[in-house]
Parts: sequence; structure tokens; C-alpha cells
Amino acid sequence: MSGTAVRIVPCLDIRGGRVVKGVRFKSLVDSGEPAILAKRYENEGADEIALLDISATLEDRNTALDAVSAVRGAVSIPVSAGGGIKCASDAERLLNAGADRVSVNSAALRDPELISRIALRFGVQCVIVAIDAAGLSAKVPGTAGWRNSTQDGIARRWEVVIDAGKTPTGIDVCGWAKRCAALGAGEILLTSIDRDGTGLGYDTELVAAVVQASGIPVIASGGAVAPRHFLEGIKAGASAVLGAGVFHRGELTLSDLKGYLAENGVEVRI
Amino acid sequence: MMRENDGKRLFIVVTGTANLASICALCRRAGVEPVITSNPDALYGADYALLPGVGAFGAALSTLRKTGMDGALAGRVAEGRPTMGICLGMQMLCAASEESPGAQGLGLVPLCVEKFKTAMPLPQLGWNRVEPQDPDGFIKSGWAYFANSYRITVIPEGFGGAFATNGEKFVAALEFGHGYGSPRGYRGRNAPSLLLCQFHPELSGAWGLDLFSRWMGLCGQGRQS
Repeated sequence: MSGTAVRIVPCLDIRGGRVVKGVRFKSLVDSGEPAILAKRYENEGADEIALLDISATLEDRNTALDAVSAVRGAVSIPVSAGGGIKCASDAERLLNAGADRVSVNSAALRDPELISRIALRFGVQCVIVAIDAAGLSAKVPGTAGWRNSTQDGIARRWEVVIDAGKTPTGIDVCGWAKRCAALGAGEILLTSIDRDGTGLGYDTELVAAVVQASGIPVIASGGAVAPRHFLEGIKAGASAVLGAGVFHRGELTLSDLKGYLAENGVEVRI
Repeated sequence: MMRENDGKRLFIVVTGTANLASICALCRRAGVEPVITSNPDALYGADYALLPGVGAFGAALSTLRKTGMDGALAGRVAEGRPTMGICLGMQMLCAASEESPGAQGLGLVPLCVEKFKTAMPLPQLGWNRVEPQDPDGFIKSGWAYFANSYRITVIPEGFGGAFATNGEKFVAALEFGHGYGSPRGYRGRNAPSLLLCQFHPELSGAWGLDLFSRWMGLCGQGRQS
């Protein structure tokens, strides 16, 4: 192996200072205290902690900053934070609270220069662009039929969806990922909306396409619940693999997952 | 003055862009008091000093020069006073960097920093194996967290250090001072007076805490949280 180890990244969705996990971005279930959970994951072998603030109110946003600080104090591995970043000063608040990196999503699509502004100030390694991708049905030429998987040699396409899965944009995911890299993104956090919360595994075609298009590290997200799903994401080219509910519910421990990956020839930090 | 620990303090240079929360958290874990300063005299006189680094080479150096911290750092290094640099803080001690052509580094390490020559995705983001040049040296082998696109590939004459591989072999850390030609043997038997880390010890788990604690003259592992 000639580079960094693949990172296993538990993601903590935070609302009102508590960890919750959405299934297809709906029906939220409380999973616990962020700092306690983060420390447990570090002890189990997590390589990084992702915090996603899904608060809807200003009051909850401030609680989320406290959660970032608490997690920072609890763990000695990298912490990324995102959710609701609209400007560089929002990013700065999260960094000051203790995040090492920030992830921007909807605001970056509306104002792509935001990526450059954060990168210039804090460095490219600091900027993650989160892309929520939904599969587009490809029209089969010469027919009235539509396909949403690779069949008949027709390449699949995905569109960027923003506002927590609510607003489809029609913008091509691969094109956007490439532009993000050019603007100064250090990494892409790629979530398949179609797979998120389904337990069907990552959309590996999506992962491979974005790895190829962007040329920067990609974190695969959405749908992984079994060890083989994580392995498939890595084989598709992901530099890091993210999971949430599967870890929170205790269905899979990070140490078991890392053991499985190591047995299958993946270099992981053990 | 009453202190909550055994009195070890680390003076941390303000560079304007570096996120200091992780470094302060590392200090707390090790039982060290972090003191953030933009005062060159305070920095020069400190028992232990740290140059952190996040951001771009040229911009961070001009901040150092504006505040007079460049001279304080050069003085410390010349006199073998314990000084650590992390990531860009390591690179700024070099002569120049491809990241900011024309910008002059502090020149205390006689090398130019260049971009990784690799097909691997950049920046290098994540955990990599650190292998010391001297297995019995201060730096031990282990996993460290890196976040960089630029690196040096050579350990200069008179320095010790460690390597890692990201598509190509590069320098993970440099050490200089006691055991590497320092006239003064300023501190503990093994700790180098100058320790430059391309990785982030503050984000490198128990291994990073152990390295930091030993460099601070505390016996490894620090105060576990």
C-alpha cells in the first residue's frame, strides 16, 4: 500500500444537542449524547468523527456548537462539522468551536465561491463539500422507456439535491464535484439519497464516477449496514467510508468492521 | 502563581488562520497549560514553543513577519530552545515552498517544500504509517494523521527524522537538537530541541499524545482523559 489508510467515519447527526439518525432524512430517532458516542467510537477505532448539525432553529444551532466543543474535548482524532453553513463566518464558528474541517452543502451550490473563500482562509484540507446525489432515470434512445440502472450500456447520471434532500437542482453530480475540486474543495462527502437509510449498501457506481471526475478524496455515504457494503465502497475508490445508524444501533462495531476489511486486504489503521 | 498542573506551559504562536482548539485539547490531555501569544518576547522567552500551521505558506509567513515572530522563532531554534512546528508550521521553517512561489520561508531548514509527485488524490488526508529513520530515536513508529499536499522528501544533514509514504516516500518529521549535534543538551536525554511534524500530533490519538508528552518532558501518554 502506498498511501493513507482508508478511514472509517461514524457520522453523528445532531439536533438539539443530541445524536439522531434520519432514515431517508425523515423520522428521527434519538441515539444519544454526542461526546460520549464520539469517545466510544474513537476507542473502537474510528479514524475521524463527522458531525452534522440538522437543527432547524437558531437556538438548536448554538446547542450544536456546544456539541462540537464537547466532542473536540472528548476525542483526539479529527472532527469534521457541517450542516447549515451559509457563509465563511459560519464555518469559522464551527472551527473555533473545535472542528478541524467543515462541510458545506446547499450554500456552496448557490454560491460556489464560498468554497474558495473558506479554502483560501483555512486551507483546502479544511473544506469538505457535501453532495447529496439522486439518480436520474436515463431515457433509452429510440424508446419511451426509462432506466435507472446501468443497462444496455447506458451510463447512469445523478443530480445534486440540496436543502436536506428537498430541492432537486438538475445539476450533474460529476460536473459539480469536478468544479468543487477546482474551487478548492479538499474532499467530497458523497451521499446517495436513494440509498440513505435503506441498508442496501453504497451506490458504488456513483462513488466510482465521482472519484474519477473529482480527482480528490471521496467519502462514501448512504446505505451501508453490512461489512461487505463498506468493502464495496472502498473497492469503488472511496478514501473514506461513512456510517451512522449501523454504528449507533450497535449492529456493527468499528473494530469488527476494521477486522473484516483487513482480512479482505484493505489497509486500515488498527 | 498557582497552576492546575506541574507548571509546564506551551506558548503557541498565533498565525491568524490555525484552528487552535485541537492543540489546546492536546495540551489539556497532556496536563500542559496552553498559552496563545502574538508577543515575540513572550515567545522567545518561553520554555516550550509551538508554531501551528493551517492555511497557505505565503500568507502565514507574512503574518509571522508582521508580528515579529519570525525573529523570535529563529532565535529559539539557533539557541536550541524547545520548539515544535506542526504541518505548515514545519514547512514555514524551510527556505521556500511551491505553494507560494516567491515567498521566502524562515530558512532554518535548508530545503524547498514541493507538491507531492504522485497520482494519489491530493490533499493527502488521513492516517499514514510513520517510520523513524533511527528505530531507537525519539520518534516511534505508528499511525499519524496527515492533511497536506506539499512535503519535503529529504532529511537534511545533521537532522534526524521519520518517513511515510503517499505514492512516494516523504518526510513525516524532522528532529534536531540533543543527540543530533546540539551543543547544549538543552533538555531530556532523547527529546530533540527542534521537532517538526508534517502530521498532526494533536489529531493522532494516543500515539500523538505520547509523542507530545515525551517532547514536553513528561513521561509518555500524558494524562489520559
